[in-house]
Amino acid sequence: MSEHTLHFKPAEGFRARSKAVVDNPFLRQSFRGAMDFLMSKRAAQFPDPEELESLRNLGEAIRQYNLAKLPDLLERLEANLTRNGIKVHWAETPDEANAIILGIIQGHGATRMVKGKSMVSEEIELNHAAEAAGIEALESDMGEYIVQLANEKPSHIIMPAIHKTKEEIARLFHEKVPGVDYTDNVDALIQIGRNVLRRKFQEAEIGLSGVNFAVAETGTLCLVENEGNGRMCTTAPAVHIAITGIEKIVEKLEHVPPLLSLLTRSATGQNISTYFNMISSPRKPGEKDGPEEVHLVLLDNGRSQAYADEQLRKTLQCIRCGACMNHCPVYTRIGGHAYGTTYPGPIGKIVSPHMLGLDATAGLTTASSLCGACGEVCPVKIPIPDLLIRLRSEAFSAPHANPAMRGQGAGHSSLISAIWRGWALVYRSPALYRAVSWLGSRFGWLMPSRQGAWTTVREPLRPAPKRLRDQLKERNKA
Amino acid sequence: MTIAQTPPGKPADVYFFATCVVDQFYPDAGMDAITLLEREGIRVHFPEDQTCCGQPAYTSGFHDEARQVAAHQLTLFPEDWPIVVPSGSCAGMMKHHYPTLFAADPVRKAQAEKLSARVWEFTRFLVDVLDFKPQDCGSDCTVVLHTSCSARREMGVHVSGRQLLGGLAQVTVAQQDHESECCGFGGTFSVKQPEISGAMVEDKVKSLKATGAERVVSADCGCLMNILGHAAWKDAQEGRPPTLPGEHIATFLLRRTGGAK
Repeated sequence: MSEHTLHFKPAEGFRARSKAVVDNPFLRQSFRGAMDFLMSKRAAQFPDPEELESLRNLGEAIRQYNLAKLPDLLERLEANLTRNGIKVHWAETPDEANAIILGIIQGHGATRMVKGKSMVSEEIELNHAAEAAGIEALESDMGEYIVQLANEKPSHIIMPAIHKTKEEIARLFHEKVPGVDYTDNVDALIQIGRNVLRRKFQEAEIGLSGVNFAVAETGTLCLVENEGNGRMCTTAPAVHIAITGIEKIVEKLEHVPPLLSLLTRSATGQNISTYFNMISSPRKPGEKDGPEEVHLVLLDNGRSQAYADEQLRKTLQCIRCGACMNHCPVYTRIGGHAYGTTYPGPIGKIVSPHMLGLDATAGLTTASSLCGACGEVCPVKIPIPDLLIRLRSEAFSAPHANPAMRGQGAGHSSLISAIWRGWALVYRSPALYRAVSWLGSRFGWLMPSRQGAWTTVREPLRPAPKRLRDQLKERNKA
Repeated sequence: MTIAQTPPGKPADVYFFATCVVDQFYPDAGMDAITLLEREGIRVHFPEDQTCCGQPAYTSGFHDEARQVAAHQLTLFPEDWPIVVPSGSCAGMMKHHYPTLFAADPVRKAQAEKLSARVWEFTRFLVDVLDFKPQDCGSDCTVVLHTSCSARREMGVHVSGRQLLGGLAQVTVAQQDHESECCGFGGTFSVKQPEISGAMVEDKVKSLKATGAERVVSADCGCLMNILGHAAWKDAQEGRPPTLPGEHIATFLLRRTGGAK
């Protein structure tokens, strides 16, 4: 693991962190309420199942079309952005991305950066790197600002502070923002945040943002947001640095509207976001505003590993709407922090193994009942349950040569593998199965009343005294 | 994910793939499903050598082991009869995952595809193929239906159970909150992540009980094992008699419609 993953909580603690949330009725209720709200908002946006299905099919087709041409599109994007005056940088790792960004900042002798919401900047833990270099990195999205004040990480990719109550936020503002009296009036709290940020937008030398769609044919960076802070970050400071993953690319401008519609409706249940920014160049001669320099950092960080495999490539279709989290019964029970990864929930479970390796994430792949709710709501039809099954097989099979994934076999255990081999031996041999299941039916009453994890909240399992096949035989004899 | 399946005419013969859970833990559900089919004038064939569809190993990531077990089932259904499975989850495995599991094996892939096309989830078979119209001879009662995630999202058969219960004149089907949410079973998930699975089944049992229904019925014994196991555990913890009995929908339907004839 690189030093930048140190800030992630190791995956081994996952069960303990899940338990802590599950055992907290207040948090349980709070997550349940929040997810119910988000689910109903999305449902209200898609009253017509046929329209939804045809839009999802279109979304999937657009994402797959563009992924199929990815290497070519990346080259065209770079050429067209360069032509438009935007400087393009390539980063293979989080360390490289941080070095590029800090290099740009330090090249300007700058020390103050305001940030729009960017999950890729969370992925590379840019704030830590900036802080270590003596650069202030201030989050300007209200949710991100709150989690930054609390010295936490986002617990949801769209609603970073969804785990916090307004009372917690009120206390936080009172304690951390100088001169602020306690108030849990939401409008007042937002106004406090605005006042702080307004000054920072004026002072900042650097604005950082993410990118929702990068359009190759025009060299345009599209940014979806609701608070206007994205527009401030990308226009007020003299230098704008955008960062995104290499997969966020579409060939044509006409690919954007369907994806945008799917994104906002799936994510927040909005018909359209309040702001939609299209950034095509730095300030041109004669223009009165806009940054003097625009940079784009394109990050790989394991994406090319997913890309290389036909099935795993589907992971990269994601447009980061977060609907899979909102509908996930596991996420609803444990919230985002328990996962210990930048991206929580179902999408986090399938994308993080490529970023962090299976050695850090093998256990996470088991945190799903494969109920399929995520795949059902995914606006670009990523088969998340199938990908989880694939990742389990990569994680738990014995290490072999030329694996498709970093950390393949990391979850391998000789004992567990032997148990499954024994299981297969019994269930592929009818005579053996008959013998074993007969023993079960005869001596089932001898089964222990404590059966490991099963009986922590359930009565023990006991085979029936007469198997179906025995009952059938008796009946047919009679 | 719903796959359109054209109903054949009412067949004279069907295979019954009981599933390992029904064979060993819920044999009554299997007997009752077979009796219902026979009552409709169908000869039900139970291949003696059947074991398990292979799903536990498949979803746990042990695909070689799943393939060995699944390959054995491929050999058991030589006649071109429908294969009726009293579980949405196991039917989903055979219908949707067998072809993937054998994708690299041309011979077995072809066999798997032929078999998949003949697999029917039990309630769907009753409704779509047999046009089963139950004559309710029971007294008034309220039940609540739990549909498994595989039945709902993989097999698209969540309407069948509702249709069957809706056809029972004296039966009211209660509506639980978060109906489409998973009960938390998920096979090995229940023991690999017991805290999360436990929280899910706790919430599921609460919502089922909050309806006031006198029992829960389901077409999936995996979910029943989990839901009833937790309900009984909770009752035992709190020292009260059982508060949420439950059974496979086949058992309920058979009893409501006069039993074996």
